[in-house]
Amino acid sequence: MSDEEKVKEKDSGLSRRKFLKVSGIGLSVPLVMGHRVIKVAGQEVKLFGPGKTPITLAINGRKMSASVEPRVTLLDALRNDLDITGAKRVCDRGTCGACTVIMDGKPVYACSVLAIEAQGKAITTVEGLGEPGKLHPVQQAFVDNDAQQCGFCTPGFVVACKAFLDKHPNPTLEQVEKGLGGNLCRCGTYVGVRQAVLQAAKAQRGGRRNG
Amino acid sequence: MRAFEYANPGTKEQAVRLLGDSWGDAEVLAGGTDLLALMKDDVVAPKRLVSLKDIAELRGIRTSPTLGLRIGALVTIQELLDNSQVRRSYPAIAQAAEGITSPQIRSLGTVGGDLCQRPRCWYFRAGFGLLARDENGDALVPTGENRYHAILGNGGPAYFVNPSSLAPALIAMRATAKVFGPKGAREVALEKFFLAPGSEGEREYDLKPNEIVTEIVVPPLGLARSATYEVRQKMALDWPLATASVVISLAAGKVNSARIVLGHVAPIPWRSEEAEQALIGNAVTEAAVEAAGAAAVSMAKSLGRNGHKIRLAKVAVKRAILATARGGAR
Amino acid sequence: MAEYKWPDADKRTLIGKRISRLDGPQKVSGKAKYTFDLNRPGMLFGKVLRCPHAHAKVVSIDTGDAERMPGVKAVRVIAAAGTELRWQGAEVAAVAAVDEPTALDAMRAIKVKYEKLPHLVVDNDVQAAGTNARPTAATTTGDPDKAFKEAEVVSEGVYGMPVITHCCLESHGSVMEWEGEKNLLVHISTQAITNIAPNLAGPLETTATSIHVHQDHIGGGFGSKFGPDAWDVAGGRLSKAAGGKPVKIMLERDAELMVAGTRPSSYGRIKVGAKKDGQLVAWQSETWGSGGVGGGGSPPVPYIFNIPNQRKQHTAISNNVGASRAWRAPNHPQACLLTMSALEDLAAKLNMDPVDLFMKNIALTGARADVYSEELKIAGELIGWKKNWHPRGDKTAGAMKRGLGVSIHTWGGGGHASDCDLTIQPDGSVELKMGTQDLGTGTRTTITIVAADTLGLPLSGVTHLIGDNRYPASGGSGGSTTIGGVSASTRRAALDALDQLFAKVAPALNAQPADLEAVGGAVRVKSDPSRSMTWAQACSKLGTTPLTVRGKNPGPGTLTSQGVGGVQMADVSVDVETGVVRINKIVAVQDCGLIIDLKTAESQVYGALIMGVCYALYEEKIIDAKTGRTLNPNMEFYKLAGIGDIGELVVHMMTGKGYDERGVIGLGEPPVVSPGAVISNAVANAIGVRVPMIPLTPDRVLDALEKKGGNNASI
Repeated sequence: MSDEEKVKEKDSGLSRRKFLKVSGIGLSVPLVMGHRVIKVAGQEVKLFGPGKTPITLAINGRKMSASVEPRVTLLDALRNDLDITGAKRVCDRGTCGACTVIMDGKPVYACSVLAIEAQGKAITTVEGLGEPGKLHPVQQAFVDNDAQQCGFCTPGFVVACKAFLDKHPNPTLEQVEKGLGGNLCRCGTYVGVRQAVLQAAKAQRGGRRNG
Repeated sequence: MRAFEYANPGTKEQAVRLLGDSWGDAEVLAGGTDLLALMKDDVVAPKRLVSLKDIAELRGIRTSPTLGLRIGALVTIQELLDNSQVRRSYPAIAQAAEGITSPQIRSLGTVGGDLCQRPRCWYFRAGFGLLARDENGDALVPTGENRYHAILGNGGPAYFVNPSSLAPALIAMRATAKVFGPKGAREVALEKFFLAPGSEGEREYDLKPNEIVTEIVVPPLGLARSATYEVRQKMALDWPLATASVVISLAAGKVNSARIVLGHVAPIPWRSEEAEQALIGNAVTEAAVEAAGAAAVSMAKSLGRNGHKIRLAKVAVKRAILATARGGAR
Repeated sequence: MAEYKWPDADKRTLIGKRISRLDGPQKVSGKAKYTFDLNRPGMLFGKVLRCPHAHAKVVSIDTGDAERMPGVKAVRVIAAAGTELRWQGAEVAAVAAVDEPTALDAMRAIKVKYEKLPHLVVDNDVQAAGTNARPTAATTTGDPDKAFKEAEVVSEGVYGMPVITHCCLESHGSVMEWEGEKNLLVHISTQAITNIAPNLAGPLETTATSIHVHQDHIGGGFGSKFGPDAWDVAGGRLSKAAGGKPVKIMLERDAELMVAGTRPSSYGRIKVGAKKDGQLVAWQSETWGSGGVGGGGSPPVPYIFNIPNQRKQHTAISNNVGASRAWRAPNHPQACLLTMSALEDLAAKLNMDPVDLFMKNIALTGARADVYSEELKIAGELIGWKKNWHPRGDKTAGAMKRGLGVSIHTWGGGGHASDCDLTIQPDGSVELKMGTQDLGTGTRTTITIVAADTLGLPLSGVTHLIGDNRYPASGGSGGSTTIGGVSASTRRAALDALDQLFAKVAPALNAQPADLEAVGGAVRVKSDPSRSMTWAQACSKLGTTPLTVRGKNPGPGTLTSQGVGGVQMADVSVDVETGVVRINKIVAVQDCGLIIDLKTAESQVYGALIMGVCYALYEEKIIDAKTGRTLNPNMEFYKLAGIGDIGELVVHMMTGKGYDERGVIGLGEPPVVSPGAVISNAVANAIGVRVPMIPLTPDRVLDALEKKGGNNASI
């Protein structure tokens, strides 16, 4: 730590030193404290946490606010703080794809993104694609091809397929198999998913909204 | 995950000053695909996370016929894969990137993160330390479940394999890493960047706790051909069992220069000069690639459960060389 | 009095058709709420501290720091000082706090001292197991010694499969909340709504009638979720200690893979004797395996083929690994692998096509010999057996070797006890209530199909309510017993309801009740369809009182039976330089009596094949012998197949005459039995040698190739 930082820290309310000491015996301080500012390399830098800090996320076109510790993932913020539970927590280690959301147009594992880092990005969850009565073509194709059994991997799979089709609007079966390698299903719905992706691609090319 | 404080500085100068003087104080957050998992498993428990996401100069891919390829540390694997220049002129890199068969990982994971991710050794991830020792200090890997562990450079104390997908290809292409720290910038050949730690406190790459990788520079390949071959069990997201990246030049139908680097076989990406020497001077024939493959694993040793990896490494070398002859196709 | 039978094929309007599951739109849109998704008002997050050792005793436990942490609302010790813990992940203490990070910190603040005790986690070595090995006496049928002497060809081999887990994507867990001192509301991820209250009442010191259990959707069970579990009880106690606030405890992935159920391992040294023409005459097996402290069951070998002379001996090994639970078709995949591998090896030794060997001995399969014969023929055509099969060892040049394998399997699948209430309202709306659960098998959809088809209504004419213990009790969903039970009780309820409705309606149509039928949204006279009224008009004859009928299974008539046979064939390619196995195609031919919904039935079979590819090629619980630690309690190294790893799958359901009249039979288990065997057999056919152990990982394939087929490989 630079001397510059140490000097500045003496003036802050809850110093980092104090936090380090507190955390050393395993206590956490669940209070909302926003951020503090320290001067580093001649410029001010904001330090957030370790306690709760207010964040704003743009989810499915809506701005939503929550107060979370920096250690809270986007997935847990969605599920536990915002009650948006379509994305599922399964492996929680960036392997299974059940938590897939689209962030600035790209599919990502929401378990592998900190909520605080997802600010300022456009996030689409499965809820943002469509709902019963007005399903997205990908969702409709999942229903038609029974690309789901228990359904726990399904929301993440649907979102991954949507992102895949955005990039490959006219995919071959081989591209489907290569391009959806980031999602796992335990019930064994891949046959339906393969068919669903091909159907959805066709539906989207046909310009129909509801598959 | 344990509580930490978070900063997202706007410059690399700030970033390195926010990092600690010793490992464990702070960690660098890029894509997060590995770091967050390490923190959830309590393998690392930094008190501060320094996010690089707002440092614009770490982004972007630049290519030029004279300077080659410059890849910002925050370039994602997907951006690398989507770059037509990379696909056309540096197929070994694109093929290595394709091996990360999850679009979600490719969208988040960065080039710098791929190089600096921590080993997947399951003893390390279970809390037995990088050198995987029990409470008596006895090494667990040599007598334990070592089916995915090193077959080269495995005399200890490190037995894990370097997990980077891109490093073998980049090293085969003589890439350098630009590193930035409180004392300014330095460059290190990627071939020298990875280290096999000798003690638990060391890391497996040449960075100080307050240094970051800012850019990877790949010199122009000229007429050299390149390819990467991965032996992997699953098509879906999975760690390869052995990989090889190869850059070769041909003159009059014979190999006149070769760089052959293996991945997932040693604590560091493993450049095999034995394989290179075996190949140079020969046409790319079945016999020549067989000899190169055999040379690549001539020093390899099984730890007990990973003897098959010796064969797989040999196959990877053979098939990577053959792929260069086919224009790099996998 | 109604005649309790299924409608004839030409009368079925919905039964047997391809119908999309009714909850599909909910699931694809993220609207379907699972236990893991619940955010109850004021809910606390619970975490369970687990033992890091395979075998240890708790010396002391100090929860003081955890209790003093701000935000922590309750702490409970589960394993007090002195408690012996017999597997890694055993529950030690539980905490509840206002948010998840706080609960995690509190869990980590609990200080436990353990005394490590000697452990055994290895399960494939009877000698090394010492006193943990519990051999049973050999059993003998006929005269095996004489039969082996008279056999003209004898094949011997060692085969096996390791412990795997259920790996439900929704982990086990619940949200427990007290309403006052006595009443408990339970949301739980369960395969058996009706089992929960009776099993929670004792440990939580209340009565079963005071416990309300509810579940809308469940994210996978596969036999592991018949609970409640220790963590559910802990959640109930934490909630009580926190003044009744809801407490949610869902297992983390590592715990899910360590303590929430496994399938026992099974290994066997098998000897089979036959005449030169392939007639099987003798079987001898020593089998062993483990399912944790309980030891695990003995696989029913020889599987299906009742070879006349047998000697069998089994040794259960008790070890320090999280206990086994029913895993889809308990004991059958193990028995199938051991038997079908041994028979295929025998066929190779006889220079015989294994399908011919099966057919030669088809009488030994017993009651379903004709079914297997027909299925073998169909499967053979679908995979091109005659054209593509070759004697053992693909002799073509190159690294890629292709091979075909065959296996057969069986299961019971008779319907379980099931009650339901079907209510017809005077306005014509119909509601079906049943305390069952839909594991993703399509239970919701099938009961609605049965009710609507019986009442002559469209699917939209019947609403269903399931997943609650306040509805009539229906059995747990396991052992392929659900579809037979719920479809039968629903059919009986709907037929009885029609009887009662017809009695009210008959006078208005100037007919006898027995002359009426409900078809196409109308009630009409069978002999004169012009004399009819709409369903709504008919129901208005109920006056102001809705009609509610209880349907039951078992009950009169043959609506469900049991016993099915299935045949699978696989076509694989093996890279003999890398040992990597790729599935080209698997064909499954399966009977299950009368099919209610062809679409969800086929999904069951596709799913079983994919689950089978997972355990044939990838799945294995890996535990370090020295430290006793599970090394792959994650989905990175506990590997499952992805969408590109399964090849082409073809499902053929046996329907129509000879099948439909047996009534409805369960389908969840049978198709998951054969994949291990059929893929292993196809690999042996491709590469010319048997890989004795599944999963067929590159190391095992290369090892078998190196040993040039002497199947003496150590497990």
